[in-house]
Amino acid sequence: MTKAGTAVAATETPTPVVPLPRRRGIELALIVLAVLLSVYGYCAVGLARTGAVPPGAVGYGAGLGVLALLAHVAVRLRAPGADCLLLPIGVLLNGLGLVLIYRLDLETPGDRAAPAQLVWSTLGVGLFIVVVLLLRDHRVLQRYAYVSGAAALGLLMLPILFPAVNGARIWVRISGFSIQPGEFAKVLLAVFFAAYLAANRNALAYAGRRVWCVQLPTGRVLGPIVTVWLISVGVLVLERDLGTSLLFFGLFVILLYIATGRTGWIALGLLLAAFGAVAVGWLEPHVHTRVEDWQDPFATIEAGQGPNQLAQSLFAFAAGGVLGSGLGLGHSVLIGFAAKSDFILATAGEELGLAGLSAIFLLYGLLVERGYRAGLALRDPFGRLLAIGLASLVALQVFVIAGGVTGLIPLTGMAMPFLAQGGSSVATNWTITALLIRVSDSARHQDDPEAER
Amino acid sequence: MTRHIRHAAVFCVLLLAALLVNAARVQVVEGPGYDDNPANRRGTIARFGQPRGDILVEGARVTGSRDTGEQLRHERTYANGPLYAPVTGFASQVYGTTFLEHAEDGILSGSDPLLSPFPLWNDVTRARNQPGNVVTTLDRAAQEAAYRGLGRRKGAVAAVEPSTGRILALVSSPSYDPAVLSGNGASVTSAWSRLNRDPDQPMLNRAVRQTYPPGSTFKVVTAAAALDAGLITDLDRPTDSPDPYTLPGTRTRLTNEGEGCADASLRAAFEWSCNTVFAKLGVDVGVADMVATAQGFGFNDAELKVPFSVAPSTFDTSVDKAQLALSSIGQYNTRATPLQMAMVAAAVANGGQVRTPYLVERTTRQGGETLGTAGPRAFRQAMNPATALRMKELMTGVVQDGTGTNAAIPGATVGGKTGTAQHGVGNAGVPYAWFVSWAKADTALEPKVAVAVVVEDASADRGEISGGGDAAPIARAVMRAVLGL
Repeated sequence: MTKAGTAVAATETPTPVVPLPRRRGIELALIVLAVLLSVYGYCAVGLARTGAVPPGAVGYGAGLGVLALLAHVAVRLRAPGADCLLLPIGVLLNGLGLVLIYRLDLETPGDRAAPAQLVWSTLGVGLFIVVVLLLRDHRVLQRYAYVSGAAALGLLMLPILFPAVNGARIWVRISGFSIQPGEFAKVLLAVFFAAYLAANRNALAYAGRRVWCVQLPTGRVLGPIVTVWLISVGVLVLERDLGTSLLFFGLFVILLYIATGRTGWIALGLLLAAFGAVAVGWLEPHVHTRVEDWQDPFATIEAGQGPNQLAQSLFAFAAGGVLGSGLGLGHSVLIGFAAKSDFILATAGEELGLAGLSAIFLLYGLLVERGYRAGLALRDPFGRLLAIGLASLVALQVFVIAGGVTGLIPLTGMAMPFLAQGGSSVATNWTITALLIRVSDSARHQDDPEAER
Repeated sequence: MTRHIRHAAVFCVLLLAALLVNAARVQVVEGPGYDDNPANRRGTIARFGQPRGDILVEGARVTGSRDTGEQLRHERTYANGPLYAPVTGFASQVYGTTFLEHAEDGILSGSDPLLSPFPLWNDVTRARNQPGNVVTTLDRAAQEAAYRGLGRRKGAVAAVEPSTGRILALVSSPSYDPAVLSGNGASVTSAWSRLNRDPDQPMLNRAVRQTYPPGSTFKVVTAAAALDAGLITDLDRPTDSPDPYTLPGTRTRLTNEGEGCADASLRAAFEWSCNTVFAKLGVDVGVADMVATAQGFGFNDAELKVPFSVAPSTFDTSVDKAQLALSSIGQYNTRATPLQMAMVAAAVANGGQVRTPYLVERTTRQGGETLGTAGPRAFRQAMNPATALRMKELMTGVVQDGTGTNAAIPGATVGGKTGTAQHGVGNAGVPYAWFVSWAKADTALEPKVAVAVVVEDASADRGEISGGGDAAPIARAVMRAVLGL
């Protein structure tokens, strides 16, 4: 592929006159399709439940459409060479998430989450536009590496000061508003990791002594790794949030491997992660129960206590079968608490079936693939690591939560990107999308001397 | 760097593949098992998601559904719960279903594939059938008359149409309102435990699930066996029977309540219910023929379903002569459900043919389109038509000038037989009062109704309890209701 890439570059350089296709028209068409699909889902819920198109359908469609259009205009103005799939995927997932939350709101009339989610989506798209408009070059971020790192650490520590909610200290609650600072910390950490590794990759790649057949890293390399590992474990222990710590550590190991190319780092990382996970899983009762639930989801049924959330989630997926029950016709609300956030995927699985669920997974896969593609196309190490880091963040998060609710791995509370209820998450994911747009635009323009101005 | 990015990409692809494979495992491979897990409420929710089909008596609904708006949306209601409880049973969200609600649950809940508009249609559309209705054979007036007749007394009534086997009335007393069990709240739980604790067992369907010693009403079977066997050729010839009768091989002497049973003719012995005569007749007929005749009437049949199962009535097949003598007058191990005794009367009325009783005339879609009908029923010849004719004569005599005069109806020919069955240790229990009968309106060609009544504890002194006094008036009311007289 590397050879092919250079070959393409070689054939393109002699004919710089031909402008590369920008595909903004395709992006617009796909956005319209995404909005129409979301509106269709919204109407399908209403038709299934009450036999009539819900009164808010036009408003919902118009709102989503205007937001998507504004984002599109921002991209057209400031990142015309960006990847044309990123924005439509974001719009479609966000729209679908709103439909699912609206659908679950019908089961809990006293607790409506869709309006707040719509506000947060607006904020998220606003953030997207701001990032696309203001951040002209992603390399600017490199300057703020340590500021980002410190800020991320601060945000991570903040919830420790607030009371635990449902066993995890990941929320900050101020006058009715609850925010998960850990969500924002993800982006900042990705920036910090990318900048740190881009700056020190050569030093880090230098191998230390060789014991048996394993190349041991040198002490100055080991330091940062152990630090990050300690912070992850600290997050896990202090906030009882297995998912977030897994996410951070996984992100760091992937970026370290890409930056240095040392397989030993992966082995070391996995070893540390396994050690940490086992130790904490053994010592921390909250995490320990999750592991036990995963090993036998139906233990509580046999014990006569009724199905637990994971069992209810599995029942929901099973009820969906291949084609699903249809939007509005499932009973995923039986999951109870967190049906709209951590377990939102169960509703998708039950009402859209394996077909719909696979489509959603593939959409995430496509999003990640576009991020990787941008990373491959870029030449500056920071940009590469940033793009890969952000894309991996999405991939890991989807895997951790989707694997959790489908019983593949122990369940850890985490928001499904774009789909799940949760303002911090939506805002963060729009920021990630904006950064990927920026990076993919840079990748397109790096060979174009005019864009280098 | 590029190579390592590709490695990381491969890793992401592996994660995606793991998610997809696992989703297929949960949703397709393991899915059916999860769907059937008893802790999964989806099946229950779907079951109560639509109004249940109804049970009809003479075209009118005796059941209904109420939309509660809860998760289990529709609850069963009953128009006249206690009256029809032995027929409908209950349909509870907690305790399941019984009787017709249970036997016809497929139609009533909509799960029966017959209800599907096209084969496999619902498998494709994932829709649920609209439930159907169940049309019963009950005669509303007869059912009400029987229920009113029993009043507060413990007992049961079963009435059938002799020529078809249609069940016209099925009443058990005391009864209960099945509506109290329909829902799923705390009141349902307490009602359930209250009904189960009740010493009177209101949920016991005495008409089909309780067997009683039939006592003298069993003499219909014994007489038929004797006539079929040719032991008796003339109803009015003395039978050469001693009074008291010493049970063969024992020193136990069997006596009668009244006088004049020694050497009585079959007609007199039947009219005045002489134990000695029938005990001896049974012994003379022999075990094999007695068993054959009793089984011809439906005894020892554990398979009978109407469509819910009926407790088997029993006639012991391995007895010595003394036991046979007692068995032949409806004691010892002879036990019968009220429905079985109605079938005995019906066989006499129908020229010796026993029609299998049934309760469901047909099942229909909501629109009235017929799904299934009772259709022609199998029958058994319990006795020769000539024997049946003479049995009719004997039974008519009981009502005209024997123990059953309380059952006489002006404008109709009524045949009957009383019974007062001893039971309990040393016969110390309050006896059961029995009456079995059939009736033919003078204007009709054939008997339209056969009925059996049992009253468990006629709230009177032991001496005053009698089939003729307690049970016959109820049978009369039921027969009048059917004949419209």
